[in-house]
Amino acid sequence: MNITVTVNGTEHTADIEPRRLLVDFIRSTLKLTGTHIGCDTTSCGVCTVLIDGTPVKSCTMFAVQANGRAITTVEGLKQNGALSPIQEAFKEHHGLQCGFCTPAMMLVGTALIAENPDPSEDEVRWGISGNLCRCTGYVNIVKSIQAAAAATREAANS
Amino acid sequence: MYPAKFDYLAPESVEETLSILAERGDEVKILAGGQSLIPMMKLRFARPSTLVDINRLPDLDAIEVANGHVRVQALARHADVVRSDVIKSENALMASAAPWVSDPIVRNLGTLCGSVAHHDPEGDWASVMLALDAEVVAVSKEGRTHFHPGADGERATGGSRVVPIQQFLVDMFTTSLHPSEMVTEIRVPRYDRGGGSYQKLERKVGDYATVGVAAHLELDDQDRITKAGLALTSVYSSNLKVTDAEQVLVGEAPGAEIFAEAAQIARNACDPASDVRGSAEYKRHVVEVFTQRALAEAAGIAQGGRS
Repeated sequence: MNITVTVNGTEHTADIEPRRLLVDFIRSTLKLTGTHIGCDTTSCGVCTVLIDGTPVKSCTMFAVQANGRAITTVEGLKQNGALSPIQEAFKEHHGLQCGFCTPAMMLVGTALIAENPDPSEDEVRWGISGNLCRCTGYVNIVKSIQAAAAATREAANS
Repeated sequence: MYPAKFDYLAPESVEETLSILAERGDEVKILAGGQSLIPMMKLRFARPSTLVDINRLPDLDAIEVANGHVRVQALARHADVVRSDVIKSENALMASAAPWVSDPIVRNLGTLCGSVAHHDPEGDWASVMLALDAEVVAVSKEGRTHFHPGADGERATGGSRVVPIQQFLVDMFTTSLHPSEMVTEIRVPRYDRGGGSYQKLERKVGDYATVGVAAHLELDDQDRITKAGLALTSVYSSNLKVTDAEQVLVGEAPGAEIFAEAAQIARNACDPASDVRGSAEYKRHVVEVFTQRALAEAAGIAQGGRS
């Protein structure tokens, strides 16, 4: 089946089998390997991408379902060649250890901030509760997302 | 993990969907959120030869008040239920349960109707709907006249029928939905003075309930219970409506003593399995404690005014 998807602003057309999982399409066909595969059973969240701005687990969606939609992966976070506020915050606040969950955490954080510009610690913790960090580095992940929210608010006010 | 091969169809209208269902019958599975179906297909527990993706159907994602009911249409996501002002103001039990369904990312795709139609015996929504005496609206191309329902209380209305939730849920992963039908909405009756609460014990976000208790109470002006709903998750072979406990509550004033009595009935009605989530005895104890908590919270909300 032919599908057309816009990934990080670039349109791609491909002929794929309906059973092709979105995560595999992103990694193997588009060669965007920042989207990871962890549990492959909808639990860990490392395969999270944004579809029209909404986080979904790409191991639990067929690529054909994304036909006509806009996908953002971690590779699409950078803005004009520079790190986005959330990437900057993860770097600044040591929001990553091994880095495996990081792309998903940053995407979920980005979507969370878009919906709630000033999330409390509790709201951030609930927001990332579908994403596991096996290094258990949650304290700094939460700090990073809150710092990114603050930076985003500041940028909007200036 | 990859599912077996299937044909993929993405119709753009309900009529087109129903024609596909009428033609292809029980080889077809409907794909809404897919958050239960796709994992089952990846494990090859489910091998539908045709997948009908209904996500492109227009005007099927409402959560609204209509004709004395609160209705949730087939494409309303769990996250929509969490955010819905209609649910917040109209139905305390649904508002209480929604944030406990799976995890925030899964809630962005998974649907309430899909969850009930899938009828995983450990799903949260089916208990909530049993406590609320919900109705399932199922439509098919030719109406349901060709289909022997084998259940009481069904009302046919044109190409659709309205199935009380107790008749809809047959057994684990089994419903009375005919292969030619699709669920278009699930609706619950409105109430004047009521409240509800969902108590869920889970090991981690996204896990099935170790124990879940759904409670719903309606009160009259004299603070008497006029209607009670109580259903349990993960402590029986399927979601369990505890009718005996509901009957004990009706006509009484809310209070610790009557709630303890209802909780005792719930404890005796359930039949949990000992597993990695806890021993049967432990789960029975949690059922008793959670039933009292859920009823007390439901009564508190009801007495607080319109909830």
